[in-house]
Formats: sequence, structure tokens, C-alpha cells
Amino acid sequence: MAVFQVVNRTTGDHFTCQEGQSVLKAMEQRDLKCVPVGCRGGGCGFCKIQVLEGHFECGKMSKRHAPPEAVEKGEVLACRIYPLTDLIIECVPLPEAAPAKQTTKNR
Amino acid sequence: MKKGVMRPGHVQIRVLDMDEAVKHYTDLLGMIETDRDDQGRVYLKAWTEVDKFSVVLVEADEPGCDFMGFKVVDEAALNQLEKDLVDYGVGVEQIPAEELKDCGRRVRFTVPSGHAFELYADKKYTGKWGVSSVNPEAWPRGLQGMKAVRFDHCLFYGPELAAVYDIFVNVLGFHLAEQVLDPEGTRVAQFLTVSMKEHDVAFIHHEEKGKFHHASFYLDTWEAVLRAADLISMTDTSIDIGPTRHGLTHGQTIYFFDPSGNRNEVFCGGDYFYPDHKPVTWKTEELGKAIFYHDRALNERFMTVLT
Repeated sequence: MAVFQVVNRTTGDHFTCQEGQSVLKAMEQRDLKCVPVGCRGGGCGFCKIQVLEGHFECGKMSKRHAPPEAVEKGEVLACRIYPLTDLIIECVPLPEAAPAKQTTKNR
Repeated sequence: MKKGVMRPGHVQIRVLDMDEAVKHYTDLLGMIETDRDDQGRVYLKAWTEVDKFSVVLVEADEPGCDFMGFKVVDEAALNQLEKDLVDYGVGVEQIPAEELKDCGRRVRFTVPSGHAFELYADKKYTGKWGVSSVNPEAWPRGLQGMKAVRFDHCLFYGPELAAVYDIFVNVLGFHLAEQVLDPEGTRVAQFLTVSMKEHDVAFIHHEEKGKFHHASFYLDTWEAVLRAADLISMTDTSIDIGPTRHGLTHGQTIYFFDPSGNRNEVFCGGDYFYPDHKPVTWKTEELGKAIFYHDRALNERFMTVLT
């Protein structure tokens, strides 16, 4: 089974990923935290990364978080990409977390 | 139930891949597939439920919840509730009978948090799955996975909780069972019930409208929750947190994700509610304990990962 190297250029972390394994799962197995882990199902957009170099296959991802035009440019969800070569990735900043502030008033 | 809204009846959940989703909700959760329709939707029920379906899966480009439906006692109550919603200024949409198979007409409305709800009076009565209604055995053989007992409630994230409260409590006859208040006394979480349960639907404040936190399914015992945790590991299913206990409701719980990233809960126990009970209040200063009673600390994923 082929094994690929994944390098996170944002954090400097690197880890191996087996053929058929998602980048996020490979990272979690090595107890690294260099990409945020959300639903692991392509649904929540938490683990968005930019692939700078390398080829990969994609599983199904929410079009809200990974629209086809972004996927074309390598902006994908780490839980749903499966490397075909070594990869260089970087983290994509999360949209600013909504402040935990209430705008409606209690009655 | 003072206005005739009886109980949660169904939830339509969007999934990215139908085959994976059906496998998850049947093999792992233990629901039973009861039908499919010409839109490709799949209908499921838990074994103790008497109507034909409670979960509808629909394939879509992004996961989340399309709507949650509540069953009302009869057509007269449905007519009155529809009138009450309109009089209160809530826009209603008529969904004709059979748009969902074997379900009567539905009255759909969207509340200010951005979530769509429905009321309906009729759905095909198929009885509990695998047991007779006469001299029934304790449980049916042949259940899969976690053997979910029933679809129990949903938790939604969105803004305008006070306006949502007004519709559910003043128009639909729900009660506030539990709440979380911030230091200014603003309600940032509300657990609403039409029954003896601590919540039939719940809302947590969030700036973005219309977000889905989880659909929850009831199990009988803590042992069953631990067994659910075993099954989550055996199937390499994405786990969120648990098994643990909530401070809010005091239910014993585990959270995990379906293959499209929608969060599921299975839980047991928890407090009960009667209409003479005053709301239970948790303060945001103790929010960690309110949500995870043992860890007493918030898990960021639980608060921010939504579909």
C-alpha cells in the first residue's frame, strides 16, 4: 500500500497518510492538531485546507463549504481528500467565530 | 399540549450520499426503513414509534435539516393553530397531503432563528415495529445496532431566541423547561417541551440563522448508551463527545456524526417536566458544567460544528 507524506506549511507539521486514508484521519491518528477537526463527514467545513502541491481524490463535500470553483483551486476539506501523491497543505483561516453575544432580549 | 401540539413527529435531514446515510441510520442507529419516494427520499422509523416514519433522508449538496414536524391531536387543532400562527403574524405555507408519503396536510412556517417547522394531524398508523398491539412482547428481535427507541428532539442554533420563544410558548403552547441565562439575564439557550420530557425542541443562540446542531434518539438505559459508544468505535464512526452526562436535563448521552456530518445524539434518562414546574436555570458562568456535567468544560467542537 502506498504511503504519502503530508506537510502542513502553516504549522510545519508533517505526517504520513496511507493510500485511501483521508488527510484528516492520518493527522488524527498521529495525535497532531494542525488542522481543526469537526464532523469528519465533509459537512461542517471546519477542516478546510488549501492544497498547494500534489494530487488527491475527493469524497463528497458540502457545496456550501467546498464549492466546485474552490475545489478546482485546491481549497478542500481535509476529511474528504485522499492523497495520490505527497501533499503540501496550508490552513485556511476559519471565518471569525460568531461572538457569543445575544442580540435578542429575554422576556 | 395545551394548544394541541402533541409531540415531535418527524425531521427531514439532508445528506450528501444516500447509501451511506441509510446504512448509518439503519445498521448503526437501528432505525427501520419503511419507504422511499419518487424524489429519492428514504423514510425511517424507530421501533416503538406508532406512525410510519419519523426521519426522512434527502440527498442534497449540503447537509443540515430541512424541517422538523410536530404532530397535533386532530384536524380541528391544526386549523386553530394555523389560524393562531397567521394571527400572530407568522407566514404559513400549505404542504399538501401525500407530499410526504402517507402523511396528511402539513402547515409549514419559519421562525426568526431561520428554522422551518411543520404541524400535521395525520400520518399512517403502522403500530410499533415487530411487536403486536395485543399481548406485546417486551421488544422485537432483529433490531440492528443501537436499537434506537424513538426520535426524541432536535437542537437548533440561530438568533432571535426571544422571538422564537414567543411563537413556541404563546402560540403553540410549549413550556420552557430549562434555560441558560447570561450575566445580563439574557436567555442564550431554551429547552422547550409539550410533554413530560425536558425538551421536545431546543435552541441555542448563534449569530448565523438556520443551523442544525443535532437530532436526538432515545435509548432505554445507560448500558445502552455505553453499547452505542462501543458500536461507534466498532464502525469507526466519527465521534463528537461522550459517553457523559449533561447538566441541562441531566440526560446521559453520547454524540456522533452521520456520514454527511450531521450530528446525532443517543441518550437516556434525564429529568421530567409537568406544566406547574418552573424553568430550571443554568448560568453561562457554569456553561461547561451545564453542557458536560463531568468534564465541566466546553468542547469547542460541540459549540461550533454545525450543519
